[in-house]
Amino acid sequence: MDILNGLVVFLNFVFIPAAAYGAQLALGALGVTLIYGILRFSNFAHGDTMAFGTAIVILLTWGLQALGISIQPLPTALLALVPAIALTALLVLATDRLVYRFYRRQKAAPIILVMASVGVMFVMNGLTRLLIGVNEQRFDDGARFIIDVRTFREMTGLTEGLALRSTQGLTVILAFITMIALFWFLNRTRSGKAMRAYSDNEDLALLSGIDPERVVRLTWIIAAGLMVMAGTLYGLDKAFRPFNYFQILLPIFAAAIVGGLGNPMGAIAGGFLVAFSEVAVTYPWVRVVGYVAPWYDPGPGNLMQLLGTEYKFAVSFVILIVVLLFRPTGLFRGKSV
Amino acid sequence: MATNRQAATAHSRWRAPIFFAILAVLFVLEGTVRNSMFSGSWNTSLAILNMGLISAITALGVNMQWGYAGLFNVGVVGFLAMGALAPVLISLPPVEGAWEAGIPRLALALLVGLGTLAMARLAWGRTRSGILTLAVLIGGFLAYRWLFDPAVTAIEANNPARQGNIGGLGLPVLLSWVVGGVFAAAAAWAIGKVALGLRSDYLAIATLGIGEIIVAVLRNEEWLARGVMNITSIPRPVAYEIELQRNLDFVEAASRWGFGAAEASGIWVKLSYMSLFLVVLLVIILLAELALKSPWGRMMRAIRDNETAAEAMGKDVTRRHLQVFILGSAVIGVAGAMMVTLDGLLAPTSYNPLRYTFLIWVMVIVGGSGNNWGAVLGSVTIWFLWIKAEVWGPALIAAMTSPMADGPIKAHLLDSSPHMRFIAMGAVLLLVLRFAPRGLLPEK
Repeated sequence: MDILNGLVVFLNFVFIPAAAYGAQLALGALGVTLIYGILRFSNFAHGDTMAFGTAIVILLTWGLQALGISIQPLPTALLALVPAIALTALLVLATDRLVYRFYRRQKAAPIILVMASVGVMFVMNGLTRLLIGVNEQRFDDGARFIIDVRTFREMTGLTEGLALRSTQGLTVILAFITMIALFWFLNRTRSGKAMRAYSDNEDLALLSGIDPERVVRLTWIIAAGLMVMAGTLYGLDKAFRPFNYFQILLPIFAAAIVGGLGNPMGAIAGGFLVAFSEVAVTYPWVRVVGYVAPWYDPGPGNLMQLLGTEYKFAVSFVILIVVLLFRPTGLFRGKSV
Repeated sequence: MATNRQAATAHSRWRAPIFFAILAVLFVLEGTVRNSMFSGSWNTSLAILNMGLISAITALGVNMQWGYAGLFNVGVVGFLAMGALAPVLISLPPVEGAWEAGIPRLALALLVGLGTLAMARLAWGRTRSGILTLAVLIGGFLAYRWLFDPAVTAIEANNPARQGNIGGLGLPVLLSWVVGGVFAAAAAWAIGKVALGLRSDYLAIATLGIGEIIVAVLRNEEWLARGVMNITSIPRPVAYEIELQRNLDFVEAASRWGFGAAEASGIWVKLSYMSLFLVVLLVIILLAELALKSPWGRMMRAIRDNETAAEAMGKDVTRRHLQVFILGSAVIGVAGAMMVTLDGLLAPTSYNPLRYTFLIWVMVIVGGSGNNWGAVLGSVTIWFLWIKAEVWGPALIAAMTSPMADGPIKAHLLDSSPHMRFIAMGAVLLLVLRFAPRGLLPEK
């Protein structure tokens, strides 16, 4: 019984939050990795573009709510997702046209593209603030829980309760569907194969008549979809603040790099690896240990926490460095320009 | 810029003086003309200039790394924060009771931590056994926490309302500028050892992470610098306004020049800071220019322009990269210490990468990477624009929206006009990268 209680605590405070966070990171990292694979630079504007897309979702959600449209028990934001992706895709295509295409034609060094993306980051950041301000916005409506603590206790008779918030369940399911759709697209469709061919060997792809600009456009559109999806799920799960989206850039990059830049499978693995390590290292294990090993007394005040929660970002970074030291191109052997 | 493909255009030698003259005119206007564009206050003008000079020193550090060696360091905020720690640890008065509370144990813990890393490295080097290395790391970490946690608890419990940290050494604050450079250099050495083997994009992301971590440590380790509780009243190297206002000679001299005592004291303090900053800036530029024109500088540029060729000619690229990374970071650290001295305050929450990493990058790119005077020009110009955007942005939006009818959209635009500065800075960076990739003052 105690073991079961321990397991419930573990699921409740470690597994479920980490799985949801991991799914969000994986979606973000997929976008970064796609852009790196096709356009061959690390997009520093990724986090702020996510914030911009999410801001549009929030505004549309408010509009829908004002009209009284809802899809109970699901959050209204899901309805707003599709038009928001379309708008964000337009914006992102415009930045490609105005900024990146010039350097692509010039065959500029990747680092110049990275720098240009810093410029885009500033503009996106400003646009987001202009659009929605800097304050925290909550936009999750619909049912709050799939299972709440009390129902779970009554059902199982355990002392510890388990809560599964609907946003967490939704995140994992939606991310899963998106990933399957993406892999289907990349492996089965003509356009997807063209993208992979272009990413693997640009010259060969050009020889076989693949239109590079079409591939680039497709990449941006898919990336925009992934960005808005990741941003919205993150915002529903935690809360929306423009600055958080700037900070999430580091774990997203870490996830993409740990998996191997340019490798979609790696991005997903990296996302979950980073998320699970972050949560596991900063979680106070004392309650779980209390159930699993009741004979062990860690002493008063010892929470059995490896690192304070403030150091979440440090964890993703340490994983990043360790992986790079032993495998310079990531776990799944990504590419390097 | 290393990767620039445009032919070097010939520039008149008046280009730099003209740009600096325009900049000087802007500062004079800010100091003398009072209208909707300028404040007409010498205090404001000098305050902008002083922060601009510190930004210029930071930009010089970044320019050494990027302009000389092609290293893309996106952890500037971290090195600034390392430097910012120095005034606290050097110039604050010692905290009574901190030593008894646990400084020796704390120092021991940190030594154990470093020893663990060294041991792990040794274990890996000698045996290549992952399990042994991991065992050393885990054992060392447990020992470290066993020593570290009680010491921190004791120190933070020592008069927590006013101190609760280890305090400083009570030495002159000017010394801390050098120490700030040393702190940042030490951090850069440790980081460079690990990260400099990485390729450009990977290095950028690694430094981004390091910057975030250093700032996180500063924010959360209260025993060190009180974390989010901030540290105020850091000693000054110059006079205090209050003392000047009490000094009858000073008040009389001020009135002869037509200034009130309060205004004059502010100007005098800022001028004193400005002279100190100018001295540091000129010394760093002198050294940087000498280094750049020496065989060492030619080697650095050769490495930057073609790593493979330089390596083939027997240059130790990794070693040179580490060297210039440490030097550049040290300069950034000095700037960090100067900034805290100017503010008289260490507020870890204010270390925002958008402002202290990416804005510095805008300065370097706009000024002209690889050119030290360009970095200075770019820094002061961009800083001036950054500050004035707060006034000019709303004025512009107000002018643009004046034909609009009053309503929620107009109100929203007016409210959020301060955010225009981000868009403006991004646009400036993008335009310069596109149309003048070598910057205002290109490398010769």
